[in-house]
Amino acid sequence: MGTVFSLDVRGGAPDRIAAAVEGAAAWLRHVDEVFSTYRPGSQISRLAAGGLTLARCSAEVREVHRLCEDARRRTGGWFSAAYAGGFDPTGLVKGWAVERAAEMLRSAGADAVCVNGGGDVQTFGGPWRIGVADPLRPGAVAAVVRAGEGAGGTAHGDGLAVATSGPAERGGHVLDPHTGRPPRDALASLTVVSRTLTEADVAATAAYAMGARARGWLAAEPGTEAFAVTAGGRTWHTAGFGALADPPAGRTPGR
Amino acid sequence: MSALPSRPLRRVVITSVSTVAGGLLLLSLKPHSTAGAAPLTTAPAPTATSSGPAGSSGAATAPPTGGGSTSGTRTVDGDAVQTRYGPVQLRVTVTGGRLTAVTAVQLPQSNPRDEEISSFAVPQLTQEVLAAQSARVDTVSGATYTSEGYLRSLQSALDKAGG
Repeated sequence: MGTVFSLDVRGGAPDRIAAAVEGAAAWLRHVDEVFSTYRPGSQISRLAAGGLTLARCSAEVREVHRLCEDARRRTGGWFSAAYAGGFDPTGLVKGWAVERAAEMLRSAGADAVCVNGGGDVQTFGGPWRIGVADPLRPGAVAAVVRAGEGAGGTAHGDGLAVATSGPAERGGHVLDPHTGRPPRDALASLTVVSRTLTEADVAATAAYAMGARARGWLAAEPGTEAFAVTAGGRTWHTAGFGALADPPAGRTPGR
Repeated sequence: MSALPSRPLRRVVITSVSTVAGGLLLLSLKPHSTAGAAPLTTAPAPTATSSGPAGSSGAATAPPTGGGSTSGTRTVDGDAVQTRYGPVQLRVTVTGGRLTAVTAVQLPQSNPRDEEISSFAVPQLTQEVLAAQSARVDTVSGATYTSEGYLRSLQSALDKAGG
């Protein structure tokens, strides 16, 4: 996947947590082996080359394939794993893998878990403060999402996920699947908060590809809140985002 | 952060870099705040894919340069980390327990692409690290913490600084 993973864990029995951290690292390594489009021997590469059928792939590949199908339907085709005629689930795998890694740490008895994979974050418990990188001011934080503060803070129960899409996103540009080009009216960045990172990542990628249409789509998505920085430096957010976040500093809201 | 209960907090940074030649997965761990955290071992860093114009990077064990002034400021050099593009070594300044500066001691500079990375990416990563701290956030969404050499050298410097 060519990215950096950061795992923060609070609480739990040290030996169990240590084993779970090792397990999570092994899991991420395994996912990289299975799903890498850069490794000729990976199942994904062999699937793309026609040397392997989906039915003969491992259960996790078939699960990801199913999740990609769900994502395509949920987003009305704005999320697509079809690339150059083949199946490239890269846009979904990272969020899904990070979500799993966080679940592994939680089920090992951790009080609070925060896993960041290349800028996409899954938490359980907390409290955690998740900064949203300001796309136009390198080094600055445009907003802060609060996770796991209990009453009032987390409207999404125990787990909270934050995914950000933008033109500089790792792993290539987000393209409009209908045109194969970068979206028109592209936002500088789009951040989605939901309960699981698989959902948040898909919604962020799909909505980013929608350009200016993202706002209306996101407002109607259940269990999903969003925050965007436009190319002109303004910001907008969905109605419920404010309850999850500290207000953006130094930016002009509205648009 | 300071208001948290004094339970062990562990941070693990895993860097995964896929190339055509194969993968590279690095794992390092920094126990935060309390001593209760059993220090996990780190997976050895397989830097076999590094082939860049390494040249000057013999200083893998840069000792802390005791810049300790009276105001509690410490300056610590991280390890020189080999990357595909050459060595990366960072220096951190910690003042009153807070990270206040990150500067580069060694960066790859053998071709225009390296120069570009050195002049743009490293300052940006540094800004992000400092901003994350000043905004008192635990993590950053949408950031570009994608340079494994940068992270590893930074991590080693922070470990030596002793948080």
